[in-house]
Amino acid sequence: MSEKVLMKGNEAIAEAAIMAGCRHYFGYPITPQTEIAAYMSKRMPKVGGVFLQAESEIAAINMVIGVSATGKRVMTSSSSPGISLKSEGLSYLAGCDLPALVVNIQRGGPGLGGIQPAQSDYWQAVRAAGHGDFRRIVLAPASVQEMVELTFKGFDLADKYRMTTLILADGTMGQMMEPVSLDMGEVTATEKSWALTGTKEARKPNIVNSLYLQPENLEKMNRERYERYQKVEENEVMFEQYLMDDAEICLVAFGVTARVSKNAVDIARQNGVKAGMIRPVTLWPFPKAALRKAAEKVKAFVSVELSMGQMIEDVELAIRCQKPVLLCSRAGGMITTPDDVLAKINEANEIGG
Amino acid sequence: MSEKRFLFAGFGGQGILFTGKYLAYEGLLQGKEVSWLPSYGPEMRGGTANCSVIISDTSIGSPIITTHDVLIAMNLPSLDKFEPETVEGGKIFVDSSLIGRKVARTDVDAYYIPATQLASDKNLPGLANMIILGNVIRQTGVMDVADLARAMRKIVSERRQDMIDLNIKAIELGYNYQ
Repeated sequence: MSEKVLMKGNEAIAEAAIMAGCRHYFGYPITPQTEIAAYMSKRMPKVGGVFLQAESEIAAINMVIGVSATGKRVMTSSSSPGISLKSEGLSYLAGCDLPALVVNIQRGGPGLGGIQPAQSDYWQAVRAAGHGDFRRIVLAPASVQEMVELTFKGFDLADKYRMTTLILADGTMGQMMEPVSLDMGEVTATEKSWALTGTKEARKPNIVNSLYLQPENLEKMNRERYERYQKVEENEVMFEQYLMDDAEICLVAFGVTARVSKNAVDIARQNGVKAGMIRPVTLWPFPKAALRKAAEKVKAFVSVELSMGQMIEDVELAIRCQKPVLLCSRAGGMITTPDDVLAKINEANEIGG
Repeated sequence: MSEKRFLFAGFGGQGILFTGKYLAYEGLLQGKEVSWLPSYGPEMRGGTANCSVIISDTSIGSPIITTHDVLIAMNLPSLDKFEPETVEGGKIFVDSSLIGRKVARTDVDAYYIPATQLASDKNLPGLANMIILGNVIRQTGVMDVADLARAMRKIVSERRQDMIDLNIKAIELGYNYQ
């Protein structure tokens, strides 16, 4: 294994993308993700790649569409308000079945909001960004090492299913440094017979397009696409369970709040309360089956989020509201403490009887 | 389980983030789990800056800390803000050339190092951060003084050997300060 190095989350994402064979980065600066662009501006010229600071987030995502259509690995990154601007492009990527990696290092919202960490783009990530019937794969790393691994894997998933992979992290994850191993192994090469690479008059031209004026055709496209999404739901769910074997209270948390929640679980257990945690790594596809299984055993759930309560709805849906689900929430750039989570665990323990 | 949580705090430009990064890298080279988390945003542009470093024998849960074992305060607002969040029995290091007051807590160990003055006297401009860190290393035993160079080489380019030497000289000065 290669020597571990100390890296910021943002830089680790950028380096992992280069290791994954991404040679095209388009972006526009915004706190707290600017280090991704800064790192790319230094590294891309050295590996024969393209770093381009576009005139806007909208321009950047459209450049991503263009490169992806040629079959090359490509990415863009931004923070919350910038992702809103990219929404149209995200829909066009889906409509054209183009793979891409998009990173959102979230900050508090709505509007310009603030620059401190938040997880309040959960809905935007798993549902909202972009019009029309489509899904995207959403990965939520909880360590700098996982930022490397999920970026690397994110490109593979995007290529395999011809979808956008969105890395959803927050300002804390982007700014913090942890030791990482950059030993990721070989890049998976995906055959892209659909790509626009020039026919050399040897084949029929490929067309990348999202316009289908005949409703019959558009419905057919959507149904085919959803068959692919079904495969993603069957094969690609990722989650981590922490002390769930005998747990009576199940925390559900992703990203940095999962780290905070882990501390709270440990303290709760020292106090004799059997807490555990399910940490979704894929926010879409959401680990519904794992939660449903947990619902058979635990007394109650606590959804821990840096938002006013967004993922909690997916938890309730997943368990079909069989058990109470409490919300432990901070918002606007404030961070949940282990004590906040512990208080909710105790409350859940009492409600659960 | 052994885990030590350090908080470095001062003005932007005092090398607060760099000092924390150096210590975190040393922890990594010792084979420990480490995390480094900065305050970020407008405060970096001339206001107060701080960063927390956790060095642990076991995997680190939350990288965000609400209390700390060791506080390095390089300006008065930092001491005012973070003194109360220091754990009982913790250690507070004060740059006494910039902070006029004493530590009010009686349940912590306080160390006063005139780091900025020493940096000026010994012609080590901008290295008050490393001088005070030298004393932290002595009082906490967080690293072996024989290993000062190895983490520095990871974060300062080899081409800046002069900077590596100056930083280590500053640490040694703080280490030996009585």
